[in-house]
Amino acid sequence: MTATVTTPGPRRARIISKKAVLPWLFLAPGLLLALVFKFLPMGKGVWLSFFDVRPFLGDKWVGLDNYTRVLTDHRFQDAIGHTLVLGIGMSLGGIVVGSALALLLEGQARSLKFVRTAVFLPVVTATAVVGEMWRLMYYPTSDGLINSGLGLLGLGPVPYLDNPDTALWATMAMGIWMLAPYNMVIILAGLAGVDRSLYEAAAMDGVSLWQRLRHITLPAIRPALGIVLTLAAIRGLRVFTEVYVLTGGGPAGSTDVWMTRAYTLGFTRNDIGGASAASVVLLCVTLLLTVTVNYLRKRGDVR
Amino acid sequence: MSAPAIDPVRTPVSTTPARKSAGQRRTTPARFDTALGWSDRPGPAWALRVLLCVLALGVFAAPFLTIFSGSFSEKASGSTLSFLPHHPTLLNFQVAGERGIWDYFGNSLVIAGGGLLLQLAVCTLAAYALARHKFRGQALILTLFMLTMMLPEEVIAIPLSLVLGHVPVVGVDLKGTVWGVILPLGAWGFSVMLLTEFMKDIPAEIEEAARIDGVGELRMLWQVILPLCKPALGVAGVLGFIMIWDQYLLPLIAAKDPTDYTVTVALSILRTDPEVGSGVVLAGAVIALVPSLIVYLLLQRSLVTGIAAGATKG
Repeated sequence: MTATVTTPGPRRARIISKKAVLPWLFLAPGLLLALVFKFLPMGKGVWLSFFDVRPFLGDKWVGLDNYTRVLTDHRFQDAIGHTLVLGIGMSLGGIVVGSALALLLEGQARSLKFVRTAVFLPVVTATAVVGEMWRLMYYPTSDGLINSGLGLLGLGPVPYLDNPDTALWATMAMGIWMLAPYNMVIILAGLAGVDRSLYEAAAMDGVSLWQRLRHITLPAIRPALGIVLTLAAIRGLRVFTEVYVLTGGGPAGSTDVWMTRAYTLGFTRNDIGGASAASVVLLCVTLLLTVTVNYLRKRGDVR
Repeated sequence: MSAPAIDPVRTPVSTTPARKSAGQRRTTPARFDTALGWSDRPGPAWALRVLLCVLALGVFAAPFLTIFSGSFSEKASGSTLSFLPHHPTLLNFQVAGERGIWDYFGNSLVIAGGGLLLQLAVCTLAAYALARHKFRGQALILTLFMLTMMLPEEVIAIPLSLVLGHVPVVGVDLKGTVWGVILPLGAWGFSVMLLTEFMKDIPAEIEEAARIDGVGELRMLWQVILPLCKPALGVAGVLGFIMIWDQYLLPLIAAKDPTDYTVTVALSILRTDPEVGSGVVLAGAVIALVPSLIVYLLLQRSLVTGIAAGATKG
């Protein structure tokens, strides 16, 4: 890396001003890597989505065929539903559980700090590890970890991942488990910014707990909540690893989301054109959502 | 010592001194200290809080205990998970070792170490240019780096695997090498943003004084700016490590055959191996878990500030 920085000889520096070249030398490695491994694949993906990709035979232009094929494929249509359910459920669940955790664990005590440290563990754990953990906790017989807990409450064993009716909800629960502590940290940062004297004043006015939360705490953490929700929604659309490691899209495609479909299409069935088209659709939706949310947020700030 | 610039929240989540310095009165009763008005004296509300804390620990932390105990249990399966191992043994780790788990772990370490070094170097250089230099097209470059943050890896996975198989211009095949995973991780928009913001807040006087002493650009970055950026580098480092360790799709598509997998991806190999039981899978999971655990426990504070700071910037 450093070698590229020292290349401008004194002669060249005299021709183009040294000051103008310098920043570009520092930027070069980053720009090069981003270009080759981010923007080039993106462009290539858009390009390939209009082709029937045939190794050794050469690619054949098919126009929008890949898009119509993907969008009319009923498994992709099912996947849209699963993606939305999973994305919305994980975002909202993550917010609710994350807020609850933040409200519960707010404070300076050493013991609270310990609990926060422990509760945050799911965030630092690699998704693949979490998947293996949950797969075992969801063990379908009555002596599986979660099922034996349910047994104590007098509820029968649930076959979580083996049943098409429950697998998507089981995946959602794992997603919320991973997301909630992350949200907790962001919401805690918002809570720390609340002016403590307001709580005191509210107590003097004899305000109820609910009113206090509604009129003092909520306005203060609303920006944090907005960010948390946007991040989660955008992440929810492209959910892949969680599903891939936990269920692989099964059973019977009941947890197949958009990206696991695209992955199967591209890598298992070698339909690069179709997979690219599916990726481009997702990219457009993600970008559209990001831009819309940013626009709305800016407008909200101005108001 | 705390990092004011990377912390727009102003009050770090869990640091008492910072809160004091923010002008909080510590004389007020504890019940005005939290949104729910928790009291710190024993009573029904206090008991409820303790109970709920235990519940939270049970839901979010206890599963980790069960996988640790399961990995040391002689006969671990989904139906025998508990908090203490029965018949403690290292057999599971031994079997996992026979299946090459340490090779996968080695791949992971090389990728995490190399990837993190490259990422920090590349992002620091870029941030230095963006923060301490003025040049034409600056806003555009900043947007480009922000775009890399918005470009989800999942979306470009399929064309990226083609690019890795044949890198344009140079024409090399990176598949099956650690470079196939390391290089795509190099330019991470988040680190660039974070370091740029931090470097912008370093006073110009420091730089000017060094320039008068005849300090060149590289030494300026290495000996003047970087030592002042330690807090931000800590945040970028710990978040970078966790992000790299969590990579799943990238090592999967960059591999030529399963021996190239990282330890997290290799867990699926153990799981689908009919000859090994759940205990071995759990042993693998523990091996994949421990490095992130160590990094987290050592650099917890950087991590928490980083997440809060990153979130407020969107």
